[in-house]
Amino acid sequence: MKKIILTTTALALTAGMAMADSHAKTIRMGTEGDYPPYNFINDSGEVDGFERELGDELCVRAELTCEWVKNDWDSIIPNLVSSNYDTIMAGMSITDERDEVIDFTQDYFPPTASAYVGAAEGIDVSTAVIAAQTATIQAGYVAQSGATLVEFATPEETVAAVRNGEADAVFADKDYLAPLVEESAGALMFVGEEVPLGGGVGMGLRESDTDLKEKFDAAITAMKADGSLNALLIKWFGEGTITY
Amino acid sequence: MFAFCTDPSTLDTARWMACYLTTGVHMSFYGSFLTVLLLLAITAPVALAFGFGAAIVARSHILPISWIGKSYIALVRGVPDIAFFLFFVIALDQAIEFARHKALCPDWDQPIRQGSDFVVCQAAKVPLSSAPQWVHETYSFSLAVLTFAIVFGAFAANVLYGAMRAVPRAQLETAEAYGMTRRQTFWRVLVPQMWVFALPGLSNLWMVLIKATPLLFLLGVEDIVYWARELGGTKTPRFTEYPHGDWRMWYFLVLLIFYLAFTRVSEVVLGRVMQKLTRGQATAGGEAQRRAAA
Repeated sequence: MKKIILTTTALALTAGMAMADSHAKTIRMGTEGDYPPYNFINDSGEVDGFERELGDELCVRAELTCEWVKNDWDSIIPNLVSSNYDTIMAGMSITDERDEVIDFTQDYFPPTASAYVGAAEGIDVSTAVIAAQTATIQAGYVAQSGATLVEFATPEETVAAVRNGEADAVFADKDYLAPLVEESAGALMFVGEEVPLGGGVGMGLRESDTDLKEKFDAAITAMKADGSLNALLIKWFGEGTITY
Repeated sequence: MFAFCTDPSTLDTARWMACYLTTGVHMSFYGSFLTVLLLLAITAPVALAFGFGAAIVARSHILPISWIGKSYIALVRGVPDIAFFLFFVIALDQAIEFARHKALCPDWDQPIRQGSDFVVCQAAKVPLSSAPQWVHETYSFSLAVLTFAIVFGAFAANVLYGAMRAVPRAQLETAEAYGMTRRQTFWRVLVPQMWVFALPGLSNLWMVLIKATPLLFLLGVEDIVYWARELGGTKTPRFTEYPHGDWRMWYFLVLLIFYLAFTRVSEVVLGRVMQKLTRGQATAGGEAQRRAAA
């Protein structure tokens, strides 16, 4: 019996090694799947959105095999550094704090404005109750602005908090809020000033993964140069969006 | 799913609903109910086995061994579930990969820990990065089962430990008087009698376990609460064929019914088990049964 177990273990191990040798590494792309138009789950249950399309194109250009993985926003960085996936494309702004833990490619989405959305006009965003997603640059900004911050785990909940009156306004990326305001038929509106935040959105990678970073950086540079990134930006964020 | 689903915006409510409820995401939602049931079906016996083992170890007459059992119970019971689920799983995953790395890639020259990064050779990854998605999902599901089993095993161990001590001393003395060895007394007298004392505590744990499944998403397994939140969220027409407002209330209502029905069924089943276990026991319940029959 023991012998059989040993042989099967040995077989399994060698089979595993043979597989690893014959297959090139698959790049696993981590995302949140809850932040349209950046990334969301479509009707058939797959990851879709600007980052899905861009990521697939980058993988083709860098000649990599890629696969998408969903992960909760809260644990998205810990799971990257412990190598459960290899990249993060989740509308993550490049900030100094994050840059200490992980590395970023150059931005594939230019630094944009964050905006407040409320349910009524005339909200003073410096004193009101503001909803934001936990561990985002927006949450950090609100905490410093003197307003009362209420944090939620998902973007959806931050907007719901405004709809049901729990918060006076939500503070998030303008591109995330714009379609919601458009569809709300007047129930939601932009309030206050737009605030430029962050250093653009980039792809997050492990600091030790310099090869992969170079490959993706080169692919992003190429896409910026031939205008295909701009075409994607316009497709997902509309005509008025900032391009390169 | 249905032929008439090509343009949902033109459909009447009933047909729209039929199409909406059979989209790919909804199939994943229904599938996640099975995931949760499967998790419970596997975790409960495994956790019970962990608990039973730990209770035996904690009762050991050899001090260092009993310390091991007792510190497992105390440690796991003391650490908040959510912290345990965040740290333990990542640590366990890294330990497995570290061991495989040492075995499979002896001539790897880079450090495994590079700053906060954890990097092992490709052949040591579990599962391999090239493995299909279902392998990854099965792996994280097994990690989830193990983690749940360790956490709930500690609670179960405490319940069983108490139950073993609750068996009347007279029963054990009688066994000894008959000349049974310590081992025989344990398996033939103590264990069959302790369940009746353990069951109320264990049924509590089972109820808590049923409701602890949303922790699954922390482990990367998509459970019913994740999908309810995802599907119920506001959907704008730009990103879906089936736009709707904030429907999370309805989805959570479905979950509420599911959980209530499930706990009700559990209560009924556990009640029957209790009846069975009480038969012939030297407890007040057993005595009442004997009198009712007499």
